[in-house]
Amino acid sequence: MSAVFGTSALARESIVLATTTSVENSGLLAYLLEQFGKESEVEVKVVARGTGQAFRIAENGDADLVLAHHPASEEAFVAEGFGVARIPVMFNYFTLVGPRHDPAGAAGSSDAFVALSRISHAGESGMARFLSRGDESGTHRREQELWQEANEPVDARTKEWYLETGAGMGATLSIASELGAYTLTDRGTWLSFGNRGDLVALLEESAALFNPYSAILVDRKRHKHVSDKAEEFLEWLTSAQGQKSIASFQIDSQACFFPANVSSWDLFQPSAP
Amino acid sequence: MDLLIDAFASALRLIVSGDSDLIEILLLSFYVNLTAVAIAMALAMPFGALLVFVRFPGRRLVIVLLNAAMGFPPVVAGLIVYIVLSRSGPLGVLGWLYTPAAMILVQVFLIFPIIAALTRRDITELWENYREQLLSFGVGPIRAVQTMLWEARFSLATSVLAGLGRASAEVGGVMIVGGNINHHTRIMTTAIALETSKGQLALALALGMILLIVSLGVNALVVLVEERRRRIWVSNS
Repeated sequence: MSAVFGTSALARESIVLATTTSVENSGLLAYLLEQFGKESEVEVKVVARGTGQAFRIAENGDADLVLAHHPASEEAFVAEGFGVARIPVMFNYFTLVGPRHDPAGAAGSSDAFVALSRISHAGESGMARFLSRGDESGTHRREQELWQEANEPVDARTKEWYLETGAGMGATLSIASELGAYTLTDRGTWLSFGNRGDLVALLEESAALFNPYSAILVDRKRHKHVSDKAEEFLEWLTSAQGQKSIASFQIDSQACFFPANVSSWDLFQPSAP
Repeated sequence: MDLLIDAFASALRLIVSGDSDLIEILLLSFYVNLTAVAIAMALAMPFGALLVFVRFPGRRLVIVLLNAAMGFPPVVAGLIVYIVLSRSGPLGVLGWLYTPAAMILVQVFLIFPIIAALTRRDITELWENYREQLLSFGVGPIRAVQTMLWEARFSLATSVLAGLGRASAEVGGVMIVGGNINHHTRIMTTAIALETSKGQLALALALGMILLIVSLGVNALVVLVEERRRRIWVSNS
């Protein structure tokens, strides 16, 4: 078919970036694309989905570039031959949020594992509830790993205090606010979320809540129509200019994402701050 | 209550300031929905009329399926169109995914059964009155379809509005195939869904109010035009 219509001969000036909702909803991408637009003619179309879905879109060849935040999924995507390589772009921290009166006492925890254990214990005695995204997003997958690492098995079928919303981060935060429940959120969505009600941030910047974002080019060996313009955008993202733009993006005068500074891979190790 | 007042204030602010993003989103919504309704009309009206005149095996089954399809879940329609238009799908080579064309396709998918089924209903009623007359003139099926559609035009306008209403309210399907891409495929309903998910409830509600005002306006306009034309038509005949 493509030989008949010669689609490869059509020069495409726009690329599709499949990404996680956090970078879109926080306004970061709109800000970055404005900066990028001053230097390039390439138009970046952003399709914001959960990380799992973003990879699915890219596997089908419907995106040129993926920006995600779940290292294990990213490695699998590259290992299966869909992506070229994981390029670190930026990082921040997940935030554990919950009701202001904090019935589980999660706020004073020394790390995320202790906080989750406390929520689990409070949940077992009917004093707290935890909302899971349940949608295979990067945040959901990290949350599942955290429960496992904390040695607190969770299962929505048997634990009455553990609820799966099956919804995006914003929708889940709204539900948490209404129910007075705990949940794990990415920093970008949390800072830009406008309907917090009684929800407050209880724990951030714990080593276990480290949240690295990486970009992966879809491999042209797999999908021939993938635009080479995606490389141009990726190069800009990781350039000094792109990294400076990421650092200068703020919500309510708070930094939201921190540039990865590609030369130092160590920022991306879970042992970092 | 504060939320409602905030929403009213932001709706007013958006309208008065002529917010350029809002205008872009409104224009794209019109473009997608009206194009879809036009295409669906062109296909569904002759189809619905033919179902009245032309007898063929399985006709009743088609009618049952058509009536059932009026309630086709938009998300499923979106998913089917996504699979077809995906680069790994049969029509991937068109490159339609994440463009307004894909959104129009989903809308046509959803509106076609409504307009076709309602056209069939309208024409069935009229056909009882015109049957003898048309048969005595020895009119062929194509001419009969044309005549019946023309005679039924006033009630058909309502069917078209029903289709337009379905299109304007649609969010799940167009979200999947359009991607809600800013400045490309963001329309009123997907913008409202996005603002809701960001917890910007006042802004979301403001957009909702504007959407309601616009569809109210369109409906009022159609009713006024039809009333006027009906009066002229009645006084002329």
